[in-house]
Amino acid sequence: MKSLGSIRRDFAPWNDPNAKPYIQFDNVTKKFGDFTAVNNLSLTIFEREFFALLGASGCGKSTLLRMLAGFEEPTAGRILLDGQDLRGIPPYRRPVNMMFQSYALFPHMTVENNIAFGLKQDGMPKPEIASRVAEMLKLVKLEQFAKRKPHQLSGGQRQRVALARSVAKRPKVLLLDEPLGALDKKLREETQFELMDLQQNLGLTFVVVTHDQEEAMTMADRIAIIDKGEVMQVATPAEVYEAPGSRFVAGFVGNVNMFEGKIARGEAGSASIDAGNGITIRTDNAGTAGAGTAVTFAIRPEKIKVSSKKPAEAVNAIEGEVYDIAYLGDMTVYHVRLDDGQVVRASTMNAARITEDPLSWNDRAWVSFRPDAGVVLTR
Amino acid sequence: MNTTWSRFNITSIVLGFAFLYLPIVLLIVFSFNESKLVTVWGGFSTKWYVSLFHNQGLMDATWVTARVGLISATAATVLGTLAALALTRYTRFKGRVLFSGMVFAPLVMPEVITGLSLLLLFVAVGLDRGFLTVTLAHITLTMCFVAVVVQSRLITFDRSLEEAAMDLGATPVKTFFQITLPVIMPAIVSGWMLAFTLSLDDLVIASFTSGPGATTLPMKIYSQVRLGVTPEINAACTILIAVVAIGVIIASLANKRREVQRQLDEQAAQRG
Amino acid sequence: MSSAAVTTQSATPATNAGKSVLARLGNAFVGRLVIIIPYVWLLFFFLIPFVIVFKISLSQTAIAIPPYTPALDFSGGISGFLDQLKQLSLDNYTWLTQDALYFNAYVTSVIIAAISTVLTLLVGYPIAYGMARAPATIRPTLLMLVILPFWTSFLIRVYAWIGILKPEGLLNQLLLATGIIHQPLIILNTYTAIFIGIVYSYLPFMVLPLYSALEKMDYSLIEAAKDLGCPPISAFWKITFPLSLPGVIAGCLLVFIPAVGEFVIPDLLGGSQTLMIGKTLWNEFFANRDWPVSSAVAVILLLLLIVPIMLFQRAQARAQEMDR
Repeated sequence: MKSLGSIRRDFAPWNDPNAKPYIQFDNVTKKFGDFTAVNNLSLTIFEREFFALLGASGCGKSTLLRMLAGFEEPTAGRILLDGQDLRGIPPYRRPVNMMFQSYALFPHMTVENNIAFGLKQDGMPKPEIASRVAEMLKLVKLEQFAKRKPHQLSGGQRQRVALARSVAKRPKVLLLDEPLGALDKKLREETQFELMDLQQNLGLTFVVVTHDQEEAMTMADRIAIIDKGEVMQVATPAEVYEAPGSRFVAGFVGNVNMFEGKIARGEAGSASIDAGNGITIRTDNAGTAGAGTAVTFAIRPEKIKVSSKKPAEAVNAIEGEVYDIAYLGDMTVYHVRLDDGQVVRASTMNAARITEDPLSWNDRAWVSFRPDAGVVLTR
Repeated sequence: MNTTWSRFNITSIVLGFAFLYLPIVLLIVFSFNESKLVTVWGGFSTKWYVSLFHNQGLMDATWVTARVGLISATAATVLGTLAALALTRYTRFKGRVLFSGMVFAPLVMPEVITGLSLLLLFVAVGLDRGFLTVTLAHITLTMCFVAVVVQSRLITFDRSLEEAAMDLGATPVKTFFQITLPVIMPAIVSGWMLAFTLSLDDLVIASFTSGPGATTLPMKIYSQVRLGVTPEINAACTILIAVVAIGVIIASLANKRREVQRQLDEQAAQRG
Repeated sequence: MSSAAVTTQSATPATNAGKSVLARLGNAFVGRLVIIIPYVWLLFFFLIPFVIVFKISLSQTAIAIPPYTPALDFSGGISGFLDQLKQLSLDNYTWLTQDALYFNAYVTSVIIAAISTVLTLLVGYPIAYGMARAPATIRPTLLMLVILPFWTSFLIRVYAWIGILKPEGLLNQLLLATGIIHQPLIILNTYTAIFIGIVYSYLPFMVLPLYSALEKMDYSLIEAAKDLGCPPISAFWKITFPLSLPGVIAGCLLVFIPAVGEFVIPDLLGGSQTLMIGKTLWNEFFANRDWPVSSAVAVILLLLLIVPIMLFQRAQARAQEMDR
């Protein structure tokens, strides 16, 4: 089955025209003085979705989260949750909870009191609080740490307490601000999967802010790529990677080679691109771009083959010189300088332990790729 | 960094601390002097302490000082904490520059000026000089010190704690009393202690603003010092030093123990 | 706080959004109280008194209670108040300029405070430097030891020096016994005693800001300078000292400003021969009962200190910005 769909195959409300949006940002703008953090942004998130806001620091993604939580009010536009306009509702009356980047655990309270804090604010009866807290402690596997203070916990344990505290009230939406940012790499990978399980089991809507694309790709159903307060693309992880909508998205997520050029000859999706200096690229993914359109051809490194001889059957093959080789164990990355000076990055999986035809620095080499390997970008 | 603790550094610290502590040590030593001459050692005795407790004027002054200190330190802690909150939480409001000026200026203002100006205020509004006026004057002076102490804690306060509390459903007022206040409490307590000692020690402002019947201990000591150095004053000073030093040392030891315990806890937590 | 509750109550029938807006108004008022209460207190007990000092410095001495005319009296209404204004004069200030005593007292005070500040810096810098370079484990203890004298009474600490400095005092006993001198030194009741007293009493105020500036400094900067061929002494002047300047400035202002108006030290250690403005003000007020003249002295002292005080405020504000 050919698809760039979601990982949860049966879950794709964004493709269903009848699905009711759960969270809606309607032309939201947020200004801090002269600085525009969020610029006329619209976004729709569905119930039970694991949604990631991905962007560099200062792109406005955290501001979006804080507006949803109620710590900031939009300068213009509106935010709807389950059809209700959130304007004017203070954070303590919103059915939304947040897990903070710093965890924000109350240092003077024990783990169980931290988790019970939100329940007490709602005036829940004591026995119910106790059973809910016990349930939460079990969920994050911290039963024996109930009486400890936050400073008596390791980083990973603190993260779990923060998580338990934020889901204890069963919020409609859980907001996570860089939830794994403070953990080391190994712990982060484990926790990613735990978060996904938790979201599935509780059936909550998660909105996570992150600057780590791997994290977003691993966990999210859909990713919104944010730049300078605007949405660049909203799509599933596979779409974002394999069918980026713009040069920015292609360059932001993963590694990419880009060729600037003009459509020379095109018919029904396939086209020839004149990339200058005698380089012509044939592609099947030209979309609707007509002849003469200035375009960028983007292709991922792992979709480029490097060889010492020109492959006989290749539709696209360009000659150059090996400029740099990085051996990374599972794969090898080649930098090939084409005759016009452009450097192409190509990566090869080291499927065998010994390479038959090893390339070396300054060798002449050919880079080749299939006509469906890259995408044509007009934005 | 240990390697850089050279002989020069150790010498300057030892000399510096000797300079800071020797006069106080000598004062304490000579309070146990048998002889009436303060500077000639005539054997060990505690007789000056005994006579101290029979000096009614001194005991009255001590009582006044303690009451002024307790009341003014408590009021100054409330006002100073509010001022610190105003300075850190409200970065823009009308007259903020004037306000921060009024908070910081008393820290360095010569006491004679503060004392005189407060006295003239009390006269102008027709308030009789006495216990109340000294207390008001001390509140005004010491609240600024409290404000500085609490403010330096508030600056490093993690605001996301308050946001988390509100996110979990606590109203701003509840958030303040359940989260903010307990977290900054150590700074508020040390602010109170500072205010109390400043009030206990003040001579100049008390002299201006106090009236008959409200003579404080420093005023009493001062009037006796002017007549000459006596072992009895040494004894009074020693007691005053002891009270303050014991308070401060206990507080900082407790603090240090908490700190050490905390570090041990953290290390244990990291090990798992 | 009660008004906040009332606002929320009265808005119950309104929509959810409207209610919370009103609740926020209530909270905003509670928030405002945080500013208003200390603000009003300081206005009334700190700022207005200065205005009164200024007003009285323009009045005349009188044998009355209070001992000046016109007394601040609002019973006469506006016309009475204007009448009082006409009676104000600059006589006290003219008097201050005519009597060389006051002028000399101002000048001596500033000079003594300046010299003492430099001496305190010279004594305090090595201590702060040694503390900042001490092993991290003992630094808190050293810091406490510097702060501890600050908690003990200023008066007592000054008093302790009388027994040491007087002609038959401990210092002279020691020096005579060791044969360094043969005649007792006269130190008490001289300017030297004032310098010693100020340096001693204000030392913690100098050491603390210096220490916090030096402690923050990254020691690898010095190592980098040495690595680049800079000898230790020169590394100190080119790296350490410039980086500790904020601490130096804060420390000097913390010593200089109060030292100019110091009363206890010149009174107890300086004797009757020495002249400082704080003592002059005290004497005008308590001995001569001349409130208008002592107010005029205070006004001029304040004018003298206004620039250093503003420098101090700016240094404080900047330090705060850096801590954020």
